[in-house]
Amino acid sequence: MENVLMEVKHLKKYFNTKKGMLHAVDDISFQVMRGETLGLVGESGCGKSTTGRTIIRLHEPTSGEIIYDGEDIVKYSKKQMKNMRKKMQIVFQDPYSSLNPRLSVYDSIADSLYVNKDVVPKNKIGEQVRHTMELVGLEKRLINSFPHELDGGRRQRVGIARALVLKPEFIVLDEPVSALDVSIQSQILNLLDELQEELGLTYIAHNLSVVKHISDRIAVMYLGNIVELTDYKNIFTDPLHPYTQALLSAIPIPKVGLERERIVLEGDVPSPIDPGPGCVFYGRCRNRKDICKEVKPKFEEKKSGHYVACHFVK
Amino acid sequence: MEESKFIDKDKKYEKKGKSQLKGVWTRLKKDKLALIGLVILIILILMAIFANFIAPYEYDTQNLKNTFQSPSLKHLFGTDEFGRDIFSRIVYGSRISLQVGVIAVGIAVVIGGFLGAVAGYYSGKIDNVIMRIMDVLLSIPQMLLAISIVAALGNSLINLMVAVGVSSIPQYARIVRASVISIKNQEFVESARAIGSSDLRIIFKHVIPNCLAPVIVQATLGIGLAILTAAGLSFIGLGIKPPTPEWGAMLSGSRTYIRDYTYMTLFPGIAIVITIFAFNVLGDGLRDALDPKLKQ
Amino acid sequence: MENLLEIKNLSIEYVTDDGINKAVNNLNLKIREGETLGFVGETGAGKTTTALGIMRLVPNPPGKIVGGEIYFEGKDLLKKEEKNLREIRGNKISMIFQDPMTSLNPIITVGKQVEEVIKLHEELSKDELRNKAEKMLDTVGIRKERFDDYPHQFSGGMKQRVVIAMALACNPKLIIADEPTTALDVTIQAQVLELMKELKIKFNTSMLLITHDLGVVAETCDYVSIMYAGSSLEYGDVEKIYNNPLHPYTIGLFNSIPSLDEDKEKLDVIPGTPPDPSNLPTGCRFHPRCSHCMEICQKSLPKSIEVENGHFVSCFLYDKKMKEGK
Repeated sequence: MENVLMEVKHLKKYFNTKKGMLHAVDDISFQVMRGETLGLVGESGCGKSTTGRTIIRLHEPTSGEIIYDGEDIVKYSKKQMKNMRKKMQIVFQDPYSSLNPRLSVYDSIADSLYVNKDVVPKNKIGEQVRHTMELVGLEKRLINSFPHELDGGRRQRVGIARALVLKPEFIVLDEPVSALDVSIQSQILNLLDELQEELGLTYIAHNLSVVKHISDRIAVMYLGNIVELTDYKNIFTDPLHPYTQALLSAIPIPKVGLERERIVLEGDVPSPIDPGPGCVFYGRCRNRKDICKEVKPKFEEKKSGHYVACHFVK
Repeated sequence: MEESKFIDKDKKYEKKGKSQLKGVWTRLKKDKLALIGLVILIILILMAIFANFIAPYEYDTQNLKNTFQSPSLKHLFGTDEFGRDIFSRIVYGSRISLQVGVIAVGIAVVIGGFLGAVAGYYSGKIDNVIMRIMDVLLSIPQMLLAISIVAALGNSLINLMVAVGVSSIPQYARIVRASVISIKNQEFVESARAIGSSDLRIIFKHVIPNCLAPVIVQATLGIGLAILTAAGLSFIGLGIKPPTPEWGAMLSGSRTYIRDYTYMTLFPGIAIVITIFAFNVLGDGLRDALDPKLKQ
Repeated sequence: MENLLEIKNLSIEYVTDDGINKAVNNLNLKIREGETLGFVGETGAGKTTTALGIMRLVPNPPGKIVGGEIYFEGKDLLKKEEKNLREIRGNKISMIFQDPMTSLNPIITVGKQVEEVIKLHEELSKDELRNKAEKMLDTVGIRKERFDDYPHQFSGGMKQRVVIAMALACNPKLIIADEPTTALDVTIQAQVLELMKELKIKFNTSMLLITHDLGVVAETCDYVSIMYAGSSLEYGDVEKIYNNPLHPYTIGLFNSIPSLDEDKEKLDVIPGTPPDPSNLPTGCRFHPRCSHCMEICQKSLPKSIEVENGHFVSCFLYDKKMKEGK
């Protein structure tokens, strides 16, 4: 069990809005092993970004446990949490808004080290910054450049460097390449792949094919719930949940002459505000039956290592 | 990826980054009107600093034999009812006006800005309390507020500055609060929290520096307004004690002579107008120079 | 079949503080009736500028069309007067913009927005107008009860459908769709793409589909043009390009996309970054990133060569080979 770096149990994050209680994350449980990458996929409103932020307590969870290295960090005091922060970092989606426009590359990266004085002694900060820049493939000559002088790919590298410089064990990556051009995405993905070998990464994305490339296991989210969780090959070869199946069939594939049976979901994603009692996918599921409306299916292991939340999957 | 032969050797190859400030200056240079404003401002500042050398006479040297002299070579702007050289008084007056403008706005920016930042960053009750107090201040016409403060504290230059400053606080609180609200949700602020920065550090290092643009614009225009307000207060006899050569007071003092000795009101009036004009066009130019950068 | 749209040597520039931005450079393309052309490229490739150029909507200043011809139904659009162009816009050529959130006027009901398009080009009575607008909304899957709803009451996918309804309202010959599904979720994108395919067949409209997603192109397009730094590097029917990509950039693009069914250890990378349009490289624009770069590539611009029937490439690799073959 020491291999489990993070275990999330019955995590909930609700937001109180004028229209009602928004169930952004609605009772999810999962584990992330040391050195593995867990991909969280889903469309807008599914709760993956909120999940990513909540597990490192950037948002305060409404309820549930987040057990990191054996201890529930939800119970940690502010001081204990500050100490914890070094171990868990986050890289954001938008390279344009994730860097302070007033800080140079050096300042943005070094800031982490000034805030956490015990990672590296003061006179070694410059060295550590340069070392990290090299690690992420940022040219040395850019050290004094400002964000507006850099393109998206390089800015994202700064974001990654900023997370890495604290030598974390766990990194949440919130769609780190979706805002980048296709030809640059692959550069960053390869980089993340290399870095993964040393760190336990949780990767959040909504582009399935990107997630597949670097994930070991993949969890599919819909409306604040995890509907399916299994290793990356299985998701594609043996999707069990109707939503996963629809999601996969919806992705346009860059190949001609394919005969595909496309599952087109009707309607829109329902509102996460005050959802009903049954299965969250009830409204759009082509296999739905009455029981789905009343009873929420349990998220359980149906095959080895393959978890699904559906009444009709055995 | 490059190999690590670079650790110390190529520090000299590290480019100096082109900070946004340089970009702003390049844009500002293109606005001719703003440049004129800047030049006038520089002249004013120089005039204030070197008043001792520029002014041919002291501002309070009376010469009762030489009263009401029209402008001449000896007295460029003529003399007033006490025989004092008006030109020298205008020159020394620039010191006062600039001091009042800058200090008053300084007070407003620092206090108002801080309150606005706190209100914007913490939201909720703190925001409510602070902004309602600001609303109360705003509901009183600025001039009246300034008058009542000076009346309460007594006539002096410092009280004048405080009065004008305090009455301007709500504007800056609002501007900063709006900026802070839009910035605090940006991802680089979240990132600062994720590395464990304290709230105070985030406010001062990340949020406030990025709010400066609208504040700078408002402040430039605000200095002009502060000078005008001070002139208005002195005009009605508050704040300045004679013989201080404040332009507004000079205007006021010459009211009765406006028909016979027009030059006595003309020169202080022009001085005020030119100064306000300079600050306004500079402020406009800065707004244009800073805005597009903001969008980027 | 005569070409519905034919662009010859189009060049468009933007004059900015930092220099002249050469957005589109000697672009050639053609679309026939009923055909869908995919316009693929990354940021800065000049796709949106081209689309705006066809509609003569390039903001001027700072943009300027500096050369070329755009023939629509045989007549050069660049020589037309503004009032003639207004008759064409929305009527014969419509545009669908990328972001449905900002394409719709938030204070006018969706029904009225569709009506407005029709009103501009057709003389109809009030009832006929409403009927036609309702029919249009119905065609895109929006029930007529929602005629008087405002844009903010619709989701992203629904808004995009409204935009499509507006684009189709006058039964145009050509639709220019600029990344119509990029801002949408995958499952909604699937809905919208299916809809567009149906409508294309129903109305026999031609389409210029701008996108960076090679999967979308494979699904919806007949022909594809790969854009880079304002010109077309490769052009041909989708089958030929996907089964036999020739230009190093095209090959690089295909190889750098993680695919769903293959397992790759490392993704192939196109080194470097897309060029700065105000500072384009000499010769072939792609040469600084090309692993096959030869001396001539740095000096001259390659011409467009027909390598197989209907498959064109602008690359010296194919020029040389042909010469060697001779």
